[in-house]
Amino acid sequence: MDLYQEIILEHSKRPLHAGLREPFNAQVHHVNPTCGDEVTLRVQLSGQGRSAVIADVSYSALGCSISTAATSVLADEVIGHSVKEALTSFAAMRKMLTSKGADPGDEDEIGDGVAFAGVSKYPARVKCALLGWMAFTDALTQSGVDVGEISAAHTSASPSPETVLNNATASNTIPSRTMEDS
Amino acid sequence: MSTMSDVAVGAAFTAAESAAIRGDFAILSRTVRGGKPLVYLDSGATSQKPRQMLDTERAFYEQHNAAVHRGAHQLAEEATDAYEGARATVARFIGAQTREVVFTKNATEALNLVAYTFSNAGATGAMDGVDPALAAKFALGEGDEIVITEMEHHSNLVPWQELARRTGATLRWIGVTDDGRLKLGDLDTVITDRTKVVAFTHVSNVLGTINPVDVIVERARAVGALTVLDACQSVPHLAVDVVDLGVDFVAFSGHKMFGPLGIGVLWGRYDLLKAMPPFLTGGSMIEVVQMEATTYADPPQRFEAGVPMAAQAVGLAAACDYLTDLGMARVTAQEHALTQALLAGLAQRPWVRVVGPLDGKDRSGAVAFVVDGIHPHDVGQILDDAGVAVRVGHHCAWPLHRRMNLTATTRASFAAYNTLAEVDALLTALDRVPVVFGTVI
Repeated sequence: MDLYQEIILEHSKRPLHAGLREPFNAQVHHVNPTCGDEVTLRVQLSGQGRSAVIADVSYSALGCSISTAATSVLADEVIGHSVKEALTSFAAMRKMLTSKGADPGDEDEIGDGVAFAGVSKYPARVKCALLGWMAFTDALTQSGVDVGEISAAHTSASPSPETVLNNATASNTIPSRTMEDS
Repeated sequence: MSTMSDVAVGAAFTAAESAAIRGDFAILSRTVRGGKPLVYLDSGATSQKPRQMLDTERAFYEQHNAAVHRGAHQLAEEATDAYEGARATVARFIGAQTREVVFTKNATEALNLVAYTFSNAGATGAMDGVDPALAAKFALGEGDEIVITEMEHHSNLVPWQELARRTGATLRWIGVTDDGRLKLGDLDTVITDRTKVVAFTHVSNVLGTINPVDVIVERARAVGALTVLDACQSVPHLAVDVVDLGVDFVAFSGHKMFGPLGIGVLWGRYDLLKAMPPFLTGGSMIEVVQMEATTYADPPQRFEAGVPMAAQAVGLAAACDYLTDLGMARVTAQEHALTQALLAGLAQRPWVRVVGPLDGKDRSGAVAFVVDGIHPHDVGQILDDAGVAVRVGHHCAWPLHRRMNLTATTRASFAAYNTLAEVDALLTALDRVPVVFGTVI
């Protein structure tokens, strides 16, 4: 099977930029209700709006190899880049993941993210790969960035209403969002 | 399918019998993931369907279809007879009176029906004309308690949480031991004079634990509480007699017992059903309707608003007949043999931990496990690649997983059509998991 590329296994065993760090502009907590996977993610920006630079993405994740590796790749791809570039990467990543195997991904846009092309053939796993990205775009929104039409609400692998839960864990409490109803 | 009357009751199926049974389920001969034979071990989520059930449903639509309990034409009569005949068959299958069987959309609706009774009963006039002693059983408010268990499926958990929220009653629960049994030692402190209803599962959909219904019912009765049994994971696998169980209500779904999707059953003691206000209202469930007010039909029609799912009902009855022909004792024996073989196989793999009772005693054929260091989604993916279909996740029992300090598990669950060869296929596929993820050298 072409799902578990070596690069995915590597990222899942040794996730990059893992751990929750200070300082941060926003912290979000996202849950995948179908499996119970969770990610708490912090974003620290330098500057304003889409030209702001992503100074840090730190996270604490509990999940499968796909979601852990995807969050690791996400952090590695966006840290040091502008919000605009990060949102372009997200759009490319989402396009590939929802292509049902048709889009192999562009390494220039998503880097190691191309290793996740195989995930798009397994609809049940697309939400695993998007969990971290969902949290990331939400954290950008919470940081005051207008993420526009590529908001988290439209990234679910299958159309379903978003559920808003109360977040009891975050110090700066923000409503957390779940990706998909079970 | 061959007759099985010449084989001793309570024996697992012979190879020839298993082959005949599998022949009734067309889907079991298909392949998945690039030509691999399907090994379906997810019957706890939903079972596959035998040709006999499908033929019955198709025959209803092709020959008798009409709106039940409406119209005076021949088809309407035939459809009504088929629907009510199905009710009688389902009733016989669980040892009930026909008038005590209510068809619902699914087991979740059946459980909600009972839960909503307690809050609806508090509305002005809802219990007019009902024996005060019976009406008092459904009166729920602050100071009263609802008891469930920590191993409930969300469908027998959330409705009771919501009921507590609506009424001000307190939700309490019986805990679970490390080896996946109910903490029966706490029964007398959890179920008290304040308890109005005890809702619990017959068989855990995760742990496979078969709960001692009699012990819980005895305590609930001693304090005058009503009992509600979630039998979704028992009716397809064990001979269930609702009268012997001694509970007041039983809920189960059709689709987990070779029946169609879209139908569930609520069984209730008739005196209780008769005292209960309706849940969903509208057509079919009425006696007299005037612009100002409506009186309601007797049970079971009182709880079946709208045109009923007649095709699903006749399909479910055909599924009951199919299980009866197999013999429930033999179904139980077959699944027990598979469970024992799987538990033995998993015990030989030190990197696997079974979540639930490790022995076969009071245990059904749902076997949940975790693989050291590997997320259940990844385990399930490797099994799927070998054609082995299992469930991964929290199986709609999130609090139970939390209790066991787990986020998720991998679950294999059996039905009558499964074989020892499929247990071997699962174990063989499972051995690839630590290899792929490099956790075992």
